[in-house]
Amino acid sequence: MHPAFSVIFLTTLIGAGQGLFLALFTAQSYAAFKLLPQPDAHAFYGQGSLLALALLAGGLAASFFHLGHPERAWRSAAMWRTSWLSREVIVLPAFMGAVFLYGLAHWLDWHPVLMTLPGGLPVDPTAILGVAGWVLAFALFICTAMIYACLKFLKEWHSPLTVINYILLGGASGFTLAAAFAAVTAPELVGFLAGWAAIITVLGLLGRSASLYRNARLKPTSTLQTAIGIKHPRIVQTTQGFMGGSFNTREFFHGRPVAVLRGVKWFFLLAVFPLPLLLLLSGMQGASGLLAAAFVVQYAGLLAERWFFFAQANHPQNLFYQSIA
Amino acid sequence: MTQLALVIDLNVCVGCHACVTSCKEWNTSGSAGPMGDQNPYGADPTGTFFNRVQTFEVGEFPNTETVHFPKSCLHCEDPPCVPVCPTGASYKRKEDGIVLVNYDKCIGCKYCSWACPYGAREFDEQQRVMKKCTLCVDRIYDTSMNEGDRKPSCVKACPTSARLFGDIHDPDSAVSIAIRESGGYPLMPEWGTHPANHYLPRRKTRIRIHLDELERADNPLKVDRQLPRPAMNEPTLDDVTTW
Amino acid sequence: MPAANDPIPSVQEVKNTTCYMCACRCGIRVHLRDGVVRYIDGNPDHPLNKGVICAKGSSGIMKQYSPARLLKPLKRKAGAERGAGEFEEITWDEAFATLAERLGKIRATDPKKFALFTGRDQMQALTGMFARQFGTPNYAAHGGFCSVNMAAGMIYTIGGSFWEFGGPDLERAKLFVMIGTAEDHHSNPLKIALSKFKRDGGRFISINPVRTGYSAIADEWVPIRPATDGALLLAIIHEIIATGLYDRDFLVQYSNAGQLINVSDTSDESGFFVRTEVPTEEACYEPQDKLWWDRNSDRAVVTHTPGADPYLLGEFKLADGTPVKPAFQLLQERVRDYTPEWAAQITGIPADIIRRLAHEMGVTARDQKIELPIAWTDSWGNEHDTVTGNPVAFHAMRGLAAHSNGFQTIRALAILMSLLGTIDRPGGFRHKAPFPRPIPPCARTPNDSRAVQPNHPLDGMVLGWPSDPDDLFVNDDGSPVRLDKAFSWEYPLSVHGLMHNAITNAWRGDPYRIDTLLIFMANMSWNSTMNTAEVRQMLNDKDESGGFKIPFLVVCDAFQSEMTAFADLILPDTTYLERHDVMSMLDRPISEFDGPVDSVRIPVVPVSGDCKPFQEVLIELGTRLKLPAFVTPAGERKFRDYPDFIVNWETEPGSGIGFLSGWRGKGGEKFLRGEPNPNQWEMYARNNCVFHYELPKSYQYMRNWNKGYLEWSQRNRITRYAEPILIHLYSEVLQRFRSAAQGKGLTRKPPQHLRKRIDTYFDPLPFYYDSLEAQVTDKHKYPLAAVTQRPMAMYHSWDSQNAWLRQIHTHNYLYVNTRTALQQGIADGDWIWVESQWGKVRCMARHSEAVEPGTVWTWNAIGKAAGAWNLTPDANESQKGFLLNHLISEELPGAGASGRVSNSDPITGQAAWYDVRVRIYKAEAGEAEQTSPQFEALKPYPGMKTRGSVLAYVGKLFK
Repeated sequence: MHPAFSVIFLTTLIGAGQGLFLALFTAQSYAAFKLLPQPDAHAFYGQGSLLALALLAGGLAASFFHLGHPERAWRSAAMWRTSWLSREVIVLPAFMGAVFLYGLAHWLDWHPVLMTLPGGLPVDPTAILGVAGWVLAFALFICTAMIYACLKFLKEWHSPLTVINYILLGGASGFTLAAAFAAVTAPELVGFLAGWAAIITVLGLLGRSASLYRNARLKPTSTLQTAIGIKHPRIVQTTQGFMGGSFNTREFFHGRPVAVLRGVKWFFLLAVFPLPLLLLLSGMQGASGLLAAAFVVQYAGLLAERWFFFAQANHPQNLFYQSIA
Repeated sequence: MTQLALVIDLNVCVGCHACVTSCKEWNTSGSAGPMGDQNPYGADPTGTFFNRVQTFEVGEFPNTETVHFPKSCLHCEDPPCVPVCPTGASYKRKEDGIVLVNYDKCIGCKYCSWACPYGAREFDEQQRVMKKCTLCVDRIYDTSMNEGDRKPSCVKACPTSARLFGDIHDPDSAVSIAIRESGGYPLMPEWGTHPANHYLPRRKTRIRIHLDELERADNPLKVDRQLPRPAMNEPTLDDVTTW
Repeated sequence: MPAANDPIPSVQEVKNTTCYMCACRCGIRVHLRDGVVRYIDGNPDHPLNKGVICAKGSSGIMKQYSPARLLKPLKRKAGAERGAGEFEEITWDEAFATLAERLGKIRATDPKKFALFTGRDQMQALTGMFARQFGTPNYAAHGGFCSVNMAAGMIYTIGGSFWEFGGPDLERAKLFVMIGTAEDHHSNPLKIALSKFKRDGGRFISINPVRTGYSAIADEWVPIRPATDGALLLAIIHEIIATGLYDRDFLVQYSNAGQLINVSDTSDESGFFVRTEVPTEEACYEPQDKLWWDRNSDRAVVTHTPGADPYLLGEFKLADGTPVKPAFQLLQERVRDYTPEWAAQITGIPADIIRRLAHEMGVTARDQKIELPIAWTDSWGNEHDTVTGNPVAFHAMRGLAAHSNGFQTIRALAILMSLLGTIDRPGGFRHKAPFPRPIPPCARTPNDSRAVQPNHPLDGMVLGWPSDPDDLFVNDDGSPVRLDKAFSWEYPLSVHGLMHNAITNAWRGDPYRIDTLLIFMANMSWNSTMNTAEVRQMLNDKDESGGFKIPFLVVCDAFQSEMTAFADLILPDTTYLERHDVMSMLDRPISEFDGPVDSVRIPVVPVSGDCKPFQEVLIELGTRLKLPAFVTPAGERKFRDYPDFIVNWETEPGSGIGFLSGWRGKGGEKFLRGEPNPNQWEMYARNNCVFHYELPKSYQYMRNWNKGYLEWSQRNRITRYAEPILIHLYSEVLQRFRSAAQGKGLTRKPPQHLRKRIDTYFDPLPFYYDSLEAQVTDKHKYPLAAVTQRPMAMYHSWDSQNAWLRQIHTHNYLYVNTRTALQQGIADGDWIWVESQWGKVRCMARHSEAVEPGTVWTWNAIGKAAGAWNLTPDANESQKGFLLNHLISEELPGAGASGRVSNSDPITGQAAWYDVRVRIYKAEAGEAEQTSPQFEALKPYPGMKTRGSVLAYVGKLFK
């Protein structure tokens, strides 16, 4: 597939935003159980939510560049019964709303106890909004990933690993960002967040490696033989029917040499996993510079990862577009 | 229920591209148009077409088949492009099975094209919406046309009548009979999309000649004394043995 | 949908006319919305295309509104070089005044200094008539560089030819053999017929170096080396005769197979048919004064003597001791050594396949006979209850024709078709009116230079059909009268002229210099010329006095072609949608097997800019020059315009024969002959622009010898004589030239330097020889044959300006057999050099399994000069597209007076496009990835539309 930058930014930015929110709420949950110290809610949860919201809004803005008619984007919520894209379109603003309210509640220090859980745990609006946000974040991960994973003939994508990796990679970048953010706003949480960031990054490495391993061994289901319905081992296209390119040659081909693909793969494998890990571990003690670097490197790596995610996906329609003459 | 479709006979398609440009010509000025062209007079001209003719070489010299292969939207019975559309712009008509795009609803996200294994959809750079073959829905029901003209432009144009048009759910239609009797097959059946369009394979006619057909009693060479009997004085077995 | 508030609804109209996106001439319906073309489709009521249309026809809109159109008369800026494309707008008045003055002077002094050559036009009857009226012999259309071998080879053998004048009857054939045909002129009808033929279970064999187009759907593809078709056909004839698979009865009755030929070594009459003493009038038909050796009475009798049956084989002695043999005997002797094994080495086709082809043809013809219950009477008065058909049909075109051995190859094909008994019979070859015609047809050029006189029409036809050396158009010393040397001893049967040598000859002044060259619709500085780069220089070359060697060059075209850049004066022609035209019986009509058909074009949109149809230009010029056909005896204008001319002009006053054969007579009640009908155009318009006369069934077959048909044809003045037209297995016409070359007889004799050439190639029986180019080429150095094919979606150079069609063919590759390429280390898509002994071209290679390993090929005329056809200078056509023409020479070292001859068939002057031999090698790393040669980019001319960077054509939107 042709990697569209709008979609690369959309998925990586909202992934980081989702991860960041999950990190915030995870910290809050741990704190609620007194497993972590209570940070400055204003700064950490409030501004953190704002940061998450900014990432989500950035992703949303990027997505508009993908559309031929952005002014009609509102229409895209219509087909939620069948379309993961439609579902994403619904879940993303819902999630943004939840994040907004969650952040707002923290910002306004709105903590009336609404109920008490068995065990004496008080439940305030931030907890409810947080749980809602948590559910929506995962829902959004699933919607986003399923947009790709549901396309059965894009075999590189059509796997639970796609969903797992969207969650893990979004989570890793979000937690890394949370760690860096905490270094400024809530230093007492840095170790916790950096630790989780490292763990999720390692899981992400496992998940992404698994998908790379899987994809390297995929056998195409469609062949030129099934594409044109002729049984012969040697079929070669002499012309695709036009010479100056078309939507079919622009949208479904990355148009780069194999070497570029390989280079991008090694770059993201370094930049998304070991480098941020090193930086996270070195910055565990609260070195905000190192942690910020960890996020920047990892995010850059994720841009490459997403580019590769698209580029590696081989669309069966490409069987029909191989040669001009 | 009706399912309109094209049946394309590869046995007679000579790859003339008549279907390609007659489609463009009808549709660019029709309800599916305009179909934009970029750099129409410059380097790498490109444009929106609903139908293309491709060429494949099958086998190795001298046993090569050159196969001309027209391809347009296959109007799948289970079209993967329809459910993925977030706006409902892509839809399959209940009454005749044609898969269409409502341009007014299309946001141009191209997702439907990703969901089509056949590469049948084209994004129009001028109008910024997804377009595709409509089976000339603005011809086939137009009662102001003569009945013979109420078929897709490509079908009407095709000089070898390699494109048949009709209802594949009607077992007695010409297209159903062609599929049944001439080995019609769908493309990429592995995806379960159940394309309505079918293709008919190459068929070969051979002549078998027995050696004894080459020389017959009425061979004209006899008339001109060119198939004479051996002369009496030529040697025979009688000359050499007695048994 | 019409908007509710719009007071004026859209006006939708449908107008019928005839397509001209190629030469096929299909009926089209042009759908207009408020006067703008919205859609063009095939006319279902048209006999030719029956409603279908091709890729080109469907793209007519993009031609009509193309930015490459010339919209103003232009003259070259003073001082600008030819080819630079520097022009200024002028008025038609100025253009006509310039032309009339210049041409008037030429006509009053030496008319042959005006030369008119036309391209793929469909008005040769008019252009030829203009030239004749002007008095110049220097006229030809493009036939000489197209397929004149096909026309001449077949017409000199069976009195008819493929395409306009005949074709394969696929309706009834069981076996169809297509040879040397890719896409074809008769495109849609052939496609319709082929598909029906295949669906009806017919067997289709294609013999071609390349498998594209029609060949793709053949049941069997037989790859053959270019220029070796003659060897294949002769080997098939060998096998057919050796196994007795020929139709003896057909040959006896309808060919000269049984006619006795003098084979005495000593006689001046050697090689000629022996004739009875019956004196016959001098006329252009073959008197039946020849002899058979009757099997029943064992003596010579006059042919077709009732009760007689001739021997076809054997040797006999006449009463006076003259040794004679039947023509068929000589044919058998000729092919004796042309065995399948011999042909296998030449053609690359295994001998067993050649044998099988012969057997399939012979057995199908013999055993699957068709008997139609149609009673007819032959020329000798025998009544037949049925028409018999041997259902083997052939079709062939430029693959056979465009070689310097093409004429004899096509003779071999026509003879093979005759041996199988398939001429004008169901399932075989069928004639189309006005053919069959006598062998050769009666038209003759003058045979004397004195036919060219100041202020007088030419005393004879501009083109004709020589039947013996005395028909040649030569000076008293045997040198050519014509600029292109047609009808001279160099190319005696050049019945379509040699347009491909006109520029070189005029530039060199051999045979003489001319003053004004008028080119209509031919791209002679690009894809329609050989040796393109040098011809471009010739067009711009000056003599010692600083004047151009070709002093005045006028080009009429609708588009900014490469050729227009060299013009001194450009006349902007209209498109086909803006003009009247006739597809006339006097020219090349669109007749069907069942009878004559002619058709017209009627304008469907107004003329663009200041364009003017070329016919109007000719009529205006003819009137201003006071050419007799265009003015009254008093010198007054006779015809208002072209439509008026078409209606009212008659071959001679009161003849009742004009350009159109339908709706003649005052009220349109007559056809073929009748007085002018003022409403003729309207009647054509009301009838799909077509007139179709369906012959009675009994006149539809066996027309060479069908008494009823021939007399009908004579009554309707299609022919002058109703004599039978016997097939020439043995060509006495060729023998007359050969005999002259041997110094025998009373006719003119060729100049010494051409005697051997005539003696060699004017063989009365077909024979195989290496092409002339191959004879002067080191085949080890240049091991590959290079040919072109025409893609179905493009017509020659016309369609690169077509925004839709050029997306299909934007540039071209050289197709090379995969193994051949890999031997040279050439990968798919590599830049390579293709080199002949005449030049070299850089292009891109494409591997292919559908091409014979000794052949490379490309699509014809996709490559363009930068900026031409109003494409941007960086367009693919000029940067990646290429012309093979740079590799082909228009002349070869040879027996001509100057040590050169045209690179053409020595008999007909057919341009030998497909003889060129090349080698290929990889371009060096670091070389420009651009085709070579390149030429300076053309700029748009004044008055042309600007080209847009996007296009979203909607016709006129509904109001």
